[in-house]
Amino acid sequence: MPKAGDTHSSTTGASLVEGEEPAHDKGDPKSLTRGPKPPLFDYLLRLGDNDLVLAQRLGEWVGKGPALEEDIASTNIGLDLLGQARLWLGYAAEIGNTTEDRLAYFRDSGEFRNLLIVEQPNGHYGDTIARQYFFDQWHALVLAELATSRDARVVAIAAKALTEVCYHLERSSGWVVRLGDGTDLSHTRMQAAVDAMWPYTGEMFAVDDIERTLIDARAAPDVQALHMPWIAAVRSVFSEAALAVPSDAWMHGAGNRGGKQGVHTEHLSHMLAEMQVLPRSHPDARW
Amino acid sequence: MTDNSHGDPDVMGTIAVWRALGDIADPELPAVSIVELGIARGVACTSNECVVTLTPTYTGCPAIRAIEADVRSALAKITNAPLRVVTLLTPPWSSDWIAPEAREELARYGVAPPARVVQWSDRSQPVIDCPNCGSSNTEELSRFGSTACKAQYRCRDCREPFEYVKAH
Repeated sequence: MPKAGDTHSSTTGASLVEGEEPAHDKGDPKSLTRGPKPPLFDYLLRLGDNDLVLAQRLGEWVGKGPALEEDIASTNIGLDLLGQARLWLGYAAEIGNTTEDRLAYFRDSGEFRNLLIVEQPNGHYGDTIARQYFFDQWHALVLAELATSRDARVVAIAAKALTEVCYHLERSSGWVVRLGDGTDLSHTRMQAAVDAMWPYTGEMFAVDDIERTLIDARAAPDVQALHMPWIAAVRSVFSEAALAVPSDAWMHGAGNRGGKQGVHTEHLSHMLAEMQVLPRSHPDARW
Repeated sequence: MTDNSHGDPDVMGTIAVWRALGDIADPELPAVSIVELGIARGVACTSNECVVTLTPTYTGCPAIRAIEADVRSALAKITNAPLRVVTLLTPPWSSDWIAPEAREELARYGVAPPARVVQWSDRSQPVIDCPNCGSSNTEELSRFGSTACKAQYRCRDCREPFEYVKAH
């Protein structure tokens, strides 16, 4: 995890030495995403930022999981997502003439392109599972489509990630069932959790101009078309979990003004402050 | 390994590099080498350059950096040619690539080797034998373990817990 004092941070720190020094002004974070960039750059940020932000959120459970096995499970999944984030952001960095570390640590929240759902706070474990399951179900569908992209690098990353994400989905859907079809207390809390998370799911299936361009180029999937299989899967899991599928509600990020466009909830900047404080305090540090 | 290189320096160099890679133990599973695990994928050596291709197991596996460092220091001892380490994602690593001999070594080491990977649609849980007593009367304690690649099991007969390299 990209946390202060983490001895494994050499995995990201090493690229500060190995990566090319970017041409832009080091002190200006806006230059990382401003200026003309191909649509693929923005799209890769969307994929990478989803994984990076969710990995950070899952890392917040370290030492605080409700049971030892779940502590390990959440952090293992976060580690998978962090590895995937590095692959997506690494590809974006090549296109954007920067490094994966600069993208991770030196962008402000307005430049992040993750879905709103992944930046929602952990809450109790049911909230975390609700967030995880809705995302995992989407993630598996999207990666399966990306594995047929016209971009060979996208195919390679997606195929690798899909095998891991299938595990994630198996686990999170299992926990939805366990908590929903559990005790009266767990059922009540889980229903409230999925109800609260529901308005963040619509954004996963919204298509803007950037994605439309990539869809037409057969580089990215049409997420609008994934909505029906996603709903069908959710209905199936909820039925087993004795949970009611929430009724359609107004969705956050409507009108293409959501996380994918850099319009975030109040939670993201607080999370980034913690995630980015060390490299921002010592921007010239070398490992 | 039969040496029918007839003294061709590039072939000799490549053979020497593969031998050196075969001596590099996986940082988390030191009973097996990175060659036996299928992490070291390719070697292409000339007098001008030596290219070693690695494939990471799990995307977040932090051991890949340690492995790369081990590759560099091992090769620095046997060749002066500049070394390039390439990370190849395609095709994605699968535990099916683990050599049969390595599976036995893992079991002797106390870690149950992976079952054969099956299609996602047919994911019935495989029966895992206890590496301590050989019994098949085992149960999964947790899908996740000390590293991304392992799960935790327990033998109901000898009561020993053990780790299992997941079929991936």
